[in-house]
Amino acid sequence: MSEILTLSLIFSTIRFATPLILAALGGMFSERSGVINIALEGLMLAGAFTAAVITYESGNPFLGLLCGMGAGALLAFIYAIACIKFEADQVVAGFGINILMLGLPALLSSAIYDSAGSTEQIDQANLLPEFFGLNVVSVLAFLLVPICWYALYKTPFGLRLRATGENPAAADAAGINVNRLRYTAVVLSGILAAAGGAYLSIGQSSLFTRGMTAGRGFIALAALIFAKWKPVPVLFACLFFGFMEALTIPLANVKLASGENIPVQFIQIIPYVITIIVLAGFIGRSRAPKALGIPYRKEK
Amino acid sequence: MKILREILSPLLAVLAAFIVGGIIILLIGDNPFETYRLLLGNSFGSLKDIGYMLFYATPLIFTGLAVAVAFRCGLLNIGAEGQLYVAAFATAWVGIKFGGTIVNVFGKDVDYSWMSLPSILLVPLCILTAVVAGGIWGMIPGILKAKFGSHEVINTIMLNFIAIALVSYLTQYHYKVPGDAILQTAPIGEAAHIPRISQMIPGMPEFVPLSVAFLLAILMCVLVYIFLWKTKWGFELRAVGENPSAAEYGGISPKKQIIIAMTISGGLAGMVAIGEVLGNRYLYYHDFSGEVGFLGIAVALLGRNHPLGVFLAAIFFAILSRGGIFVDAFTNYVSKDLVEVLQAVVILFVASLQRFSKR
Repeated sequence: MSEILTLSLIFSTIRFATPLILAALGGMFSERSGVINIALEGLMLAGAFTAAVITYESGNPFLGLLCGMGAGALLAFIYAIACIKFEADQVVAGFGINILMLGLPALLSSAIYDSAGSTEQIDQANLLPEFFGLNVVSVLAFLLVPICWYALYKTPFGLRLRATGENPAAADAAGINVNRLRYTAVVLSGILAAAGGAYLSIGQSSLFTRGMTAGRGFIALAALIFAKWKPVPVLFACLFFGFMEALTIPLANVKLASGENIPVQFIQIIPYVITIIVLAGFIGRSRAPKALGIPYRKEK
Repeated sequence: MKILREILSPLLAVLAAFIVGGIIILLIGDNPFETYRLLLGNSFGSLKDIGYMLFYATPLIFTGLAVAVAFRCGLLNIGAEGQLYVAAFATAWVGIKFGGTIVNVFGKDVDYSWMSLPSILLVPLCILTAVVAGGIWGMIPGILKAKFGSHEVINTIMLNFIAIALVSYLTQYHYKVPGDAILQTAPIGEAAHIPRISQMIPGMPEFVPLSVAFLLAILMCVLVYIFLWKTKWGFELRAVGENPSAAEYGGISPKKQIIIAMTISGGLAGMVAIGEVLGNRYLYYHDFSGEVGFLGIAVALLGRNHPLGVFLAAIFFAILSRGGIFVDAFTNYVSKDLVEVLQAVVILFVASLQRFSKR
């Protein structure tokens, strides 16, 4: 066991947790305002693809990151229009966004780079820099946790956001522009999730490949539920799920008494099983914001 | 008038999607009209084209019906993907264990089976397995929703990942033929194969994998229609979908209906295994799905959750899938990924127009 629990495991836990933290914090703003965010996966992919293209073309990873976040904001805005203005079913629209982000990056990259859905390899020197083995985006993700906590609990914005997600009619009566706040929250979730996606393409790896988030948007959603929509627990849930992913690396070399490897599949499903158990209320009830998923129409 | 209203918003959504897609094609640098001709004009030219198109439509009809039945009960089954994975593996497992599968591994014959059943028993057993396995996997989120009130959307998403990991483990560690580089099981026994329509129709090449599963899909459209609109059970299920508290007041148990709807939905999704395992590859292949479970949502949505609509929408998406191959080959820049983009934009527009048309 001791050879598994090493410093490198801690570092890979942080690496794997980084995109989850960013996406889950993003999802938190959106869902706390009352808009379900199944689209996290697609928003991450938007960030990952845009960041990879811009970084490859410009050689500047920070410009790539910024443009990736911009693309996430734009896509989230489209999602918000569907959900808020047109009152589309939020889950269905979210899936639409996810499928769009499987197809569109592949369509564009095969047109630009004549490849089967991936972008060109970026020079190692042009990736997001690391300090003492920690990527700048990882540092950013950790710093964002107290910032988001402060924003959610100690600012007028956070108070309004929580009120909107719990009781939009009362929030409206108190003079809050419910739908404008929801637009802001969803766009914010796009920016954060896209930053997490950008980290995958120009931090952890050096190119974009089709569907490279591989379900991380859903793990982030699971972490958000596990953390009961609260920022500090989100950090720990993401670290835990990141640890689960990190464990699969050393465990690949560990043999059971029977001489077989430990199947990674059993470790991979842990976040999903935990989410189901938590949702069913076996380990403390996880209660969603009351108005989650319900469009708000101002009474006239 | 009512019918016109029903089909207006799907048609508008498709039109809007083609306009958005056309702009993207223009920006990429190809001719939208030529691209759309390739996309839509390659499904009816020959019996081979029609056969392939209907082959693509078959799983979409099943998953579309699955999503539609759940939706009629007010539930969103995002879990068709996981349900059909479990069903496909279970079906292959029965086809191997009771099909007398013997595989030559490194020069030695290895018997994977328990016994050899004749076709007349094995095929129904395999079909039953597909329905039951999918049904059980669909029933789980139904029970979780009915007993604990936990949301079926999140649970079905989680169960998708669990299902895929589980069958990947079983395939990789227990049912893969040693030395096989692909993640797939040993082949099912020949007695489990179902007939191919392509072998019955003169002029349709035999390699077209269109099987009698397509006929089953049509039959299921009819049965689902009868069930939902002509039986007491279907009425109760829809009553819960329309208004759960009114239904409960009328003596219908929403909890029971939720479990029933999710089980039926899962069973329908599981039927994808019939065409795929018993009629196409004759084994469980891990990446077989191509997200037909998720496309089922688009099919149901575009088909207004009505069996006839589901059938037409499945045909439409199948035409796109078939055409994608030609777009890939014969345009300068546009790839078959265009199909996914169009599907996504259709979903977004249908979802957005749906509430709008209700006002």
